[in-house]
Amino acid sequence: MKRFLKSMNVREMLRPLGQMFLFSLGSTIVLSALMLVLALILDKTIVGQTLFQRLNVSLYTYTLINLPQVAIDGLTIGFVYAAIALGYTMVYGVLEFINFAHSEIFATGAFVGVEILIALEKFGILSGASLAMAYGYLILAIIAGMLAAGALAVTVERVAYRPLRHASRLVPLISAIGVSFLLQDMIRLIESLTTGQYNRIMPTFGNFDHRLLLGKMTLGAAHITLGVSIKSIIVIVSAVLMLVGLNYLVNATKIGKAIRAVAQDPQTASLMGINVNRIISLTFLVGGMLGGAAGVLYALKFTRIDPFVGFFPGLKAFTAAVLGGIGNMTGALLGGIVLGMLETYAGSFMGVFTMGAAGTEYKDIFAFSILILVLIFRPQGLMGEHVAQKA
Amino acid sequence: MTKRLWIALLVFIAAGIAMAGPVSAADQVIKIATQTPLSGDQSAIGVDMKRGAELALEQLSGPLTAIGFKVELAPFDDQANPDTGVANAKRIVSDPAILAIVGHFNSGVQIPSSEVYHASGLANVSPGNTNPKVTTRGYLEVNRVVGRDDVQGVVGANFAGEKKIKTVFIVHDKTAYGQGIAEFFKQKAEQMGMKILGFEGTEEKANFDSLLSPILAGNPDLVYFGGIYPQASVLFKQARERGYMGMFLSDDGYDSADAIKIGGATILEGAGTYYSTVSGPASAYPGTAKFIQEFKAKFNAAPQPFAAQGYDSMGICLKAIENAAKANGNKLPTREAVAKAVRALKDYPGITGTFTFNGIGDPTVARYFVMKVNSADPAKWIENPVVQTLDIAPPQ
Repeated sequence: MKRFLKSMNVREMLRPLGQMFLFSLGSTIVLSALMLVLALILDKTIVGQTLFQRLNVSLYTYTLINLPQVAIDGLTIGFVYAAIALGYTMVYGVLEFINFAHSEIFATGAFVGVEILIALEKFGILSGASLAMAYGYLILAIIAGMLAAGALAVTVERVAYRPLRHASRLVPLISAIGVSFLLQDMIRLIESLTTGQYNRIMPTFGNFDHRLLLGKMTLGAAHITLGVSIKSIIVIVSAVLMLVGLNYLVNATKIGKAIRAVAQDPQTASLMGINVNRIISLTFLVGGMLGGAAGVLYALKFTRIDPFVGFFPGLKAFTAAVLGGIGNMTGALLGGIVLGMLETYAGSFMGVFTMGAAGTEYKDIFAFSILILVLIFRPQGLMGEHVAQKA
Repeated sequence: MTKRLWIALLVFIAAGIAMAGPVSAADQVIKIATQTPLSGDQSAIGVDMKRGAELALEQLSGPLTAIGFKVELAPFDDQANPDTGVANAKRIVSDPAILAIVGHFNSGVQIPSSEVYHASGLANVSPGNTNPKVTTRGYLEVNRVVGRDDVQGVVGANFAGEKKIKTVFIVHDKTAYGQGIAEFFKQKAEQMGMKILGFEGTEEKANFDSLLSPILAGNPDLVYFGGIYPQASVLFKQARERGYMGMFLSDDGYDSADAIKIGGATILEGAGTYYSTVSGPASAYPGTAKFIQEFKAKFNAAPQPFAAQGYDSMGICLKAIENAAKANGNKLPTREAVAKAVRALKDYPGITGTFTFNGIGDPTVARYFVMKVNSADPAKWIENPVVQTLDIAPPQ
């Protein structure tokens, strides 16, 4: 029995890794193939000729050479979306409502993490830090962001959702939207207390901005370098670790069993001796912590944050959760990766394929068209709602 | 009952007449409003624009106080947002004590807000709006103390030409200001035979990955950004991270110490980063040494770009109100008279130049600069060297 449990645990640790690898590879191959087919079709038309005039290279080659870099960029943002989407999906799993305040919980995590790093920089600790210490400080910031965001999520649940638990389903939803606006302006107020400036800039330290060169390719007159910055690797690795940890918690521990029980049937779960309120708080805590960590990682990757920084990633993560099948953890993972990839592919190639008529600025159209299409044709999402095991 | 009501009404009217009787100028308050971004991304510049105006009000309101007016500042925060700007403008014009407005950093905010000023005849002196439309609408009320983007864009393109730039990718922020100047840059660059590899607008503030793929594919000699520093710096930083070593060129919206705080040392690498501006560092003007000293003494910080222009705009408003009041027998002038007085000023001696406005409110000669980003230390931003200085009259 003991040995069985042990093997079970290892499986639960490896399973999400396999899934992530599969999803990443799958969406890369599908989207890349799609782009190449499009490029082949358009190569002989005016689109290809225009590009040839401009860069002296065929559309097919252009697409092929750019693909690896685009895939890496897409994966990075995809994992961020996946980490946020899990927060939406977990709450939906147990309470069956969308926690729209999750995007502000994400922003709170980002601000707490960045503020700590700014304080460290002010005391001159950051600039003299060795590489190991720099990573230490980053981990400190991520943990602080996680704790703050987790605590905030639990508080929000206690104050704004628990009193409405037995009201009709629309009521907590409206409460969530209200909390979202409230938190946005609270962050704005607190951050602008000292100087009136409410945006924050991630301090530069450590070797996070360095870029590992993976290769160099010639494209007409230009050289395209293929590489990945260290912070992108940090984002991907931390997201993978968190997702594996979460999967383990939900699927291989006693607490996870309780969460799944509450998700299936709160009344029966409480008859079995499970403290439903505590489990719901715990769900918010875990979801909030994931969101907070994603916030700090987002700030690390994109440098600048403001109180409204959560809105778009939040909306896209929500789309990702719906795309994968809301309430379904594997679905959120898949949805996040697919959405991040799709958005980056569309943004990178749309300008060229439309001869500059519709450029990168329209990449969000794809994210939200997907939301509409999924809601019309497959409302349960790609992976289905997975009711038996939702959580 | 009706009789008592009539008596009460009469008493009330009598009291009203007594109170509204001849009032000496000493009781009268003149307010001058400012509208700049005081919070948010662009507040570093907006706050110092206001502070410049505040300092001018303190130092230059003497003549008006001598006549017997009390002069006050009414600062408003437009948040760099057109909607907020227009809402504030409506509040401003509904306050009869406000006789002039020093205002706006963003052309995209100034243009709709000034429609409101125009409708109620309120004089507007702009310390920093460069879009041609600001003045070309021909409103009597609207004036500015700086140059225009149809010249600034050309200044930028000429500079690129001198640097032997052959290929350029142009990005803008889709605002009236950013897109406007990017288009003027593009026009001139095309005329000069540069190859435009792309012209893209974006509202993205964080993730430029997918925009960078087409930019890097063309490996342009220059990336031009028409817009404001919070976007430009992030884009430049991410481009350098991906190995782009060409030159960056931006506009006066890039001129803030926060630009280097976001961008970091990487933007100094390769062919470097330059920006054109209509407002050189305060030290580029001969008359500003004293201003810088007093500004530092009062606010405990060096003035950001456009602070000196804020000072001059306020000075012009004060002078015009003084002239209009004197013409009105030392009584409170009307808004219309103030607006006319601003336009009628001849050779007003400001600290950033001597101002006379032409028929549409542009200064008869404006000064343009091209600056080079020289240090990764935000505190040294104001020491960025001037690469070029040009005095150009506005196009007719």
